[in-house]
Amino acid sequence: MNTITFSSAGIFVAVMALTTYFIRVTPLALFNKKLESQWIKDFMFYIPFCVLSAMTFPDVLFSTKSLTSGVIATMAALILSWRKRSLVTVALAAVLVAVAVELIVV
Amino acid sequence: MKEYIRGLLSGKSIGLGYIPVSFTFGLVAVQMGFSPWLAVFISFTNLASAGQFAGIRLIEGGAPIIELCMTTFVINLRYFLMSLTLTQKIVPKMPLWKRCIMAFGVTDEIFALASMEKEDVQFPFFGGLMTLPIVGWSFGTFLGAFAAELLPPIVQACMGIALYCMFIAIIIPPATDDKHILYSILIAAAFSCIFKYVPGINIISQTGGGWSMIISAVAAAAICASLLKRKPQNNQTKEVSA
Repeated sequence: MNTITFSSAGIFVAVMALTTYFIRVTPLALFNKKLESQWIKDFMFYIPFCVLSAMTFPDVLFSTKSLTSGVIATMAALILSWRKRSLVTVALAAVLVAVAVELIVV
Repeated sequence: MKEYIRGLLSGKSIGLGYIPVSFTFGLVAVQMGFSPWLAVFISFTNLASAGQFAGIRLIEGGAPIIELCMTTFVINLRYFLMSLTLTQKIVPKMPLWKRCIMAFGVTDEIFALASMEKEDVQFPFFGGLMTLPIVGWSFGTFLGAFAAELLPPIVQACMGIALYCMFIAIIIPPATDDKHILYSILIAAAFSCIFKYVPGINIISQTGGGWSMIISAVAAAAICASLLKRKPQNNQTKEVSA
């Protein structure tokens, strides 16, 4: 397998970085008045929750080696985060649960 | 300076949380054949979890540059909405160069913490807030890229769930105190499942998932904004206590 390096993929990597930055900087650089519409404010309030939820479900179930460990680890993550545990705790616990399920059950 | 330190401390847990996820990125990138330093460079310049995973998959598969550009654009389009929301949250009349620096640090987690602030966000606070996450994200990639082989294969195969569980840990805690947030999460998840599984409609998710995510999120947020109105004047971001 050829190693992918700066010289072989530099342009692709630069395109990724510039596209990402362009998306982030455009609103902050060009838009500087306060919005009045309550609907738009509400829409923006909900957007982060909706984006992260749509990215997570259902893909999280298939993000480990098997569906069984994916489902059980997801349930563990949901329970822990419902109890307001931190990001690190939830992420690491889910990985550990998935590994444990793979070793014991599957 | 005081504001910068306060931001630095607030960003500490995000920086730590990024390490297992970026570790996974470094690991996956090197397994695909990327040189370790290139993987670190991608993390440092993108600071974008899902977008990076999709990007290296396309580069490795030899996709044309336009497809890489479009996919990166769609997956990261949520940052546009977050930046737009931040324009409403930062102190008035912040100079352009400061805004341009802030833009670099707009991630899901940093945005969630910044919008939780009770007062308008100042530049030093946001600068502090983004510092440790950038360090953690790059350092985690470094660790994953150089230490990948030391982990048992079974652990490597299960690390991918860390990214999603971090998203869960951001959105669920605020939902426990606020039914509207919970409904918005459920509606978006339902749309996302429909786009994935309902025959005919699932064609949307077969191009990498970027479009189905954007449509699900925008539709769910629009429904919630129309049916589940927030109280005006009330500091809306108070509930986001990730």
